[in-house]
Amino acid sequence: MPIFEVFRQEKKGQAFAHAGSVEAPDEAFAEAWAREQYGRRGESEALWLVPREAVHAITDWADEFDLKYRRVDGYSIKARLKEARERAQSAPAVDR
Amino acid sequence: MSERSLLLLSIADDELILGWRDSEWTGIAPTLEEDVAFSSIAQNEIGHARALYELAATELGGDADALAFDRALDDYRCAPLVELHLLEWAHTIARRWLYEEADWIRIEALKAGDDTELAGLAAKIDREEVYHRIHAQMWAHRLGDEPRFRAAVEELWPYALGVLPAELRPELARRTGLQLETAGAVERGTHTSELEALWNEMTEVRRSVPGATW
Repeated sequence: MPIFEVFRQEKKGQAFAHAGSVEAPDEAFAEAWAREQYGRRGESEALWLVPREAVHAITDWADEFDLKYRRVDGYSIKARLKEARERAQSAPAVDR
Repeated sequence: MSERSLLLLSIADDELILGWRDSEWTGIAPTLEEDVAFSSIAQNEIGHARALYELAATELGGDADALAFDRALDDYRCAPLVELHLLEWAHTIARRWLYEEADWIRIEALKAGDDTELAGLAAKIDREEVYHRIHAQMWAHRLGDEPRFRAAVEELWPYALGVLPAELRPELARRTGLQLETAGAVERGTHTSELEALWNEMTEVRRSVPGATW
């Protein structure tokens, strides 16, 4: 049986988030079942049902040269910060 | 008892007993998804019963629980259709579909009626029933001409007619495409032998400690 991925919007204007899936023979069944599973307690503003085969997934990532400075988390500057603080403390006071 | 109270109890008993019967599928429906959906619909029906009992209680006294659980077996007003113990999917869907079609006609009549309080409640119930109908019609369409399903529909048709008063039955025949004249209805007011076991189980806790609250 086909699998439909279910995306749920909790409140108007919010981004849809993956909620789970339903296994159903067609869209009509998927809709009826998703309504009951993901909407019967008023917990959803809207649902998106997407046939799993329509999902184009990307799971492989090349990072051969360890270019971690390009990532959002960057590299650790903890050590450098510590060093800078120590330098600032040991520097002579500036007479204004 | 007034005609209005009799009508309220008839519909409430239908919803309560069918909700009970359908909840017997919880955990064993054909697929996990259907299990969740079917159980949810059964709960909705029992919720409708509660609202109808509460309205009836304003005239009859007591409360929804008392009307649902404290009456004698013979005082229940449900149609024989909802009493049948049908743990077979083709029959279960046949009953769900026939009941929803009949219930739809009944709700439409109440919504259009002069009793504004009842019309308001019917409209409220109808907003949930929309999804029950989608579910039932989807299954009926899917099973369509399967011999097992057709046989179940034919078998339950006289019972389905018994859900409605005589004047609303031609409309049920029209909507379901079934023949009115071939069936003598199994009328409300009689009970099948299968209701007793259900009643015993359903009222057991209330009977074992009368007046208990929790």
